Amino acid sequence: MEVKSLEETLRTYDEINRRIENGEAVVITAEEVIELVAEKGVSRAAREIDVVTTGTFGIMCSSGAFFNIGHSKPRMKILEATLNGVPAYGGLAAVDLFIGATQPAKDDPLNKVHPGEFKYGGGHVIQDLVAGKSVLLEANGYGTECYPRKKLETWIALQELNQAYLFNPRNAYQNYNVAVNLSDKPIYTYMGMLLPNLGNAGFSSAGQLSPLLNDPFYQTIGVGTRIFLGGGAGFVAWQGTQHDPGIERSERGLPLGGAGTIAVIGDLKGMHSDWLWGISMRGYGCSLALGLGIPIPVVNENVMFYCAVQDGDILAPVVDYSKAYPNGTGEILGYVSYRDLRSGTITLEGKEVPTSSLSSYSKAREVALLLKKWIQQGRFSLNRPVESLPGSESGITFRNLTERPVKFSTEEVGG
Amino acid sequence: MNQTRKVVLRFPHESADQPLVCELALRFGLVFNILRASISPHREGLMVLELVGDTEKQEKGLAFLRDKGLDIEPLSQDIRKIERRCYHCGACVGVCPTGALYLDQKNYQVYFDENRCIACEFCVQSCPTHAMEALI
Ligand code: SF4
Ligand code: SF4
Repeated sequence: MEVKSLEETLRTYDEINRRIENGEAVVITAEEVIELVAEKGVSRAAREIDVVTTGTFGIMCSSGAFFNIGHSKPRMKILEATLNGVPAYGGLAAVDLFIGATQPAKDDPLNKVHPGEFKYGGGHVIQDLVAGKSVLLEANGYGTECYPRKKLETWIALQELNQAYLFNPRNAYQNYNVAVNLSDKPIYTYMGMLLPNLGNAGFSSAGQLSPLLNDPFYQTIGVGTRIFLGGGAGFVAWQGTQHDPGIERSERGLPLGGAGTIAVIGDLKGMHSDWLWGISMRGYGCSLALGLGIPIPVVNENVMFYCAVQDGDILAPVVDYSKAYPNGTGEILGYVSYRDLRSGTITLEGKEVPTSSLSSYSKAREVALLLKKWIQQGRFSLNRPVESLPGSESGITFRNLTERPVKFSTEEVGG
Repeated sequence: MNQTRKVVLRFPHESADQPLVCELALRFGLVFNILRASISPHREGLMVLELVGDTEKQEKGLAFLRDKGLDIEPLSQDIRKIERRCYHCGACVGVCPTGALYLDQKNYQVYFDENRCIACEFCVQSCPTHAMEALI
């Protein structure tokens, strides 16, 4: 088959949306499509299917929410604020606040007694707000002539807020590390509890259902793409932080480690607490687990080829989180496939190692199925990105910090 | 003095197939119930015993097992899974030494078989949603 025919347009976004509007769109999940392609081949599957839905559900650090609480009387410019005891950032304006998912409560004992429990944090505040619970806001300001008030204590609830939206600078990692522990004592990491001497392996990806693994070169997912976010609708806002599209890829174009990421935005008021969970990682901190799904329009055969990816095709790097990760040595112990990871055991250094999945495959599947239903019912339309995500040829790489010695000369401090 | 207590025995790989526990009855005249037992193919063996009767005999019996390389700890807690808090990730599955927590390979839901649980609490420490709870 010529390359040209793979890229030949089979249907446009407009045609797909017309079919969605008429309730005629043929939609299938990224899991269901595997069997279809195995049976009929890429070319026929591409002609039959309009949209493939992807989904993922997992702990996504670099998440948070912006909201505006409205002005009090007299007015106040918030300097510092907490929500149910969790610090929120007020350095935006007068009454705009930001709460980050990994922010622990102000009085949390943290890791003073290791491993700390991190029972309640920013992710939990977001979950409580979305669940419709009232949240205690305590704030102080320094008082100005236009904003004289200095203290505020009140209950707030999501529906009373002005704008409230989730804005996550980095979600939906395209592939990720598999974490193990080579040391002789248990360690507590953001990849979960890791038992000594390769006692278990933590991983976190929906693999064959994961959005960016079904569109490895960002052909259809880009800035402005409408997505499923936390049970409501949202958008891809930008490339995610740490977006690293240029990393080594397999023959099939799949990155051999954490690669692309997306920043996403969505109205908190349209979300559901089934899809946003505050979580606590023992010894590490708090965060937010959330459901995210992206529809992929089958505009050509090439898109269908990539959607047919299966867990067995996707390799993830195994990294020792007792030494190599914390020290940033970049050392990789080997590669394992998501098929093996999901089977419950992988073989590493001649040893059978049980696996601990941090993301929920059953909920990822539910996201993809829900999105499929929404599209079939005409409740969710697709759109062409307004700008592409930087691809593997963009030269964008994930740089590590180069520390510069701190000298207090006028030149360094600047004027 | 008489006493009833529960203990968790961990067998190292080498002794998992030796008939050590029956010695408690034969040599030390101890009465016991095996509450839970499991030997996973790639791991150590585990057993939860309820010991009944004379404290001194119990101590002697346990000392014998310790000598044979077994690790012995009191079983002090019971574990439960709070279903509405579980989002079925599987973080607890890889750390569970007995297979009491397992992932169904069809629906990818995580189930808890409390008969196989030895209350090691690894799941309590690894569950991100506090769905696994230790009851004292
Ligand atoms: S306490 Fe948890 S990890 Fe330990 S055996 Fe029971 S279920 Fe498994
Ligand atoms: S770690 Fe917690 S949330 Fe995850 S499957 Fe186990 S019990 Fe459920």
